Amino acid sequence: MSAGLLGLRRDGPAIAMGTVPLLFLLLLFVYPVARLLSFSVEGGNFAHFEKALTDGLYVQVFLETLRIALIVAAICLVLGYPLAYGLAIASPLWATIGFAFLLLPFWTSVLVRTYAWMILLGRNGLLNRTLLDLGIIDQPLALLHNRTGVIIGMVHVLLPYMVFPIYSVMRRVDRQLLSAAEGLGASPTQAFRRVFVPLTLPGVFAGATLVFVISLGFFITPALLGGGRVMMIGVQIERLVRQFLDWGLAAAVAIILLAAALGIAALLRRLLRGDLTWS
Amino acid sequence: MVVSGRPGRPLAPGRKLLIAYCVLVMVFLLLPLAIVFPISFSSAQSLQFPPPGYSLRWYRTYVNDPVWMAATWRSLIIALWTTALATVLGTLLAFSIVRGNYPGKAIVNQIATAPLIVPTIIYSIAVYGLFAGFKMIGLWQGIVLGHTVHALPFVVMIVGAALRTFDATQEQAAEGLGASKLQAIRRVTLPQIRPALISAAFLAFISSFDELVIAMFLGGSNVTLPKKMFDNITMEIEPTVAVVSVLQIVLVSLVLMLAARFGAGARPVT
Repeated sequence: MSAGLLGLRRDGPAIAMGTVPLLFLLLLFVYPVARLLSFSVEGGNFAHFEKALTDGLYVQVFLETLRIALIVAAICLVLGYPLAYGLAIASPLWATIGFAFLLLPFWTSVLVRTYAWMILLGRNGLLNRTLLDLGIIDQPLALLHNRTGVIIGMVHVLLPYMVFPIYSVMRRVDRQLLSAAEGLGASPTQAFRRVFVPLTLPGVFAGATLVFVISLGFFITPALLGGGRVMMIGVQIERLVRQFLDWGLAAAVAIILLAAALGIAALLRRLLRGDLTWS
Repeated sequence: MVVSGRPGRPLAPGRKLLIAYCVLVMVFLLLPLAIVFPISFSSAQSLQFPPPGYSLRWYRTYVNDPVWMAATWRSLIIALWTTALATVLGTLLAFSIVRGNYPGKAIVNQIATAPLIVPTIIYSIAVYGLFAGFKMIGLWQGIVLGHTVHALPFVVMIVGAALRTFDATQEQAAEGLGASKLQAIRRVTLPQIRPALISAAFLAFISSFDELVIAMFLGGSNVTLPKKMFDNITMEIEPTVAVVSVLQIVLVSLVLMLAARFGAGARPVT
C-alpha cells in the first residue's frame, strides 16, 4: 500500500469530521458567492466591468471609498498607536481595565454605536450644543450626513482592529534593547523613536491593512451616518441590487471590491508571513 | 491609566501626556455607549438631550409593542440556533484542520476563514440571490443558515487555537487504555478545551444577535431586532432605539463577563 493511502487511512477521522462543515460552507458560502460573481460576465462579455471601471459615477464611488478608507486607517493609527503603547506598559490591573473598555464597544453592535453617533453629531446634537455653549463655535458644525460623520463612525468601529495587532507586537518587543540603546547613550526619546517604533512596524502594517480592508466593504455606517450623500462601494452595491435590480453590474462592482480586499489581505499575509497570532 | 513607572519616582511629563491621550481616546470609545443610557430613561416625547426628566416610558413602549417583542424573540431564536450550529460545525472543522494531514487541507483552511474576508454586503446579496430562487426569503431558518456561515470562522479560529496547544498524546493514551477514538475525544479532549468552546459559543451568539445586513436581505417582512432598529433609525431618531441599545450593551457586558469567567480567548490578544 502506498504511503499516500496509508496517510489517508490514518487521517480518516479528520476527513470524516471535516466533511459536513465543508459541505455546508461549499453549499452556503462558496456556491452563492461564485454564482453571484458569475453574473458579472453574463452574456459572455465584460460590458459590466467596462461600465463599472469607466462610468464616472462608479469611478467616483471607488475613489471616494479609497479616500475614506485611507483617512480612517490614518486616524486609527494616530489614535491607536499611543493607546496600544499605554496598554502595553500599563500595570496588569490597568491593562485589564483598558482592555475591558476596548472590548465593550468592540462587541457592541455597530448599529447601536451608529445610532449613538447620530445623537452626538446632529445639528442639535450633544457635541454641537456643547461647543456652542462653550463659545468655541458660533455656528453648528456639519458633522452628520456627510463624509466627516461617516469617518468618525468608522474610526470608532475600527479602532480596536488597529490596537490589537500593534499591542500584541509591542508586548513581544524585548525591553532590554531599549535599555541597551540608553546604555549606549541614546536619550529615552531617541531609544523609543529609533529602536522601539521600528520594531513595532509589523503591528502597524497589520493594523493599518486590516482597518483599510474592512473599511472598503463598510455598509451600515456610511448608509446611516452618510444620510445617502456619501457613496461608498457597499452602499452602491446594495442600491444596485435593491433599487435597480442590476445584478450584473452589482456583481462586477463586487468583484472589483473583492479583488482589492483579497489582494491587500494577501499582501498583508506575505508581510507578516502568516503571523496573525493576535486573531 | 496608571503606568507602572519606576517606584518612588514621579511620572515623567511624557508619561503624563501619554496617560491623558489614552484617557481621551477611551472617552471617544465609550462616550457613544454611555450616551444611550440617559436617553433611554427620558420622559420626553421625542429625543432630547439632556432629558427634561426621567421615566420608564420608553421601556414600557418597547415591552408593550408587539412588533418590537416579535423582533426580539425572532433574533433570540435565530441567535440560539446559530450558536448551536456554528459551534458544532466549527468545532468539527477545527478538529479536521488541526489534526488532519490530508491533501487539500490548506484549501479547507482557506474556505473556513474566507467568510471573514468577503465583505458582509457581498455575501448578503449572494445568499439573497440564492435563497430568492428557493422562495426562502422571510424564513427565519434562512437567516440562521446565513448567520452560521458568518459565525463559523470565529469558532474555527478559537477552537483551533485551543486544539493546537492541546497535547494529542493524551488522546492516544486514552485509546491505549481501551477507549474508542470517539470516547477519547468526548471524555479527554473536549472537557479540556471547554473554555474555548464556551468563548466560541458566546461569540457566535453575539455575532448573530447583532447582525444586520444578512438579516436585512434574508428577513423580508419578518424583521429581526437589528433590522427593526435600523428601520426606526432611518425613519426618525426616537428613544425606543436607545432602550434596545441599552439592553444590547448590558447583554454584551454580561456575555463578556461570563466569557472572561468561564471561557478563554475572549481577549483577542495573546
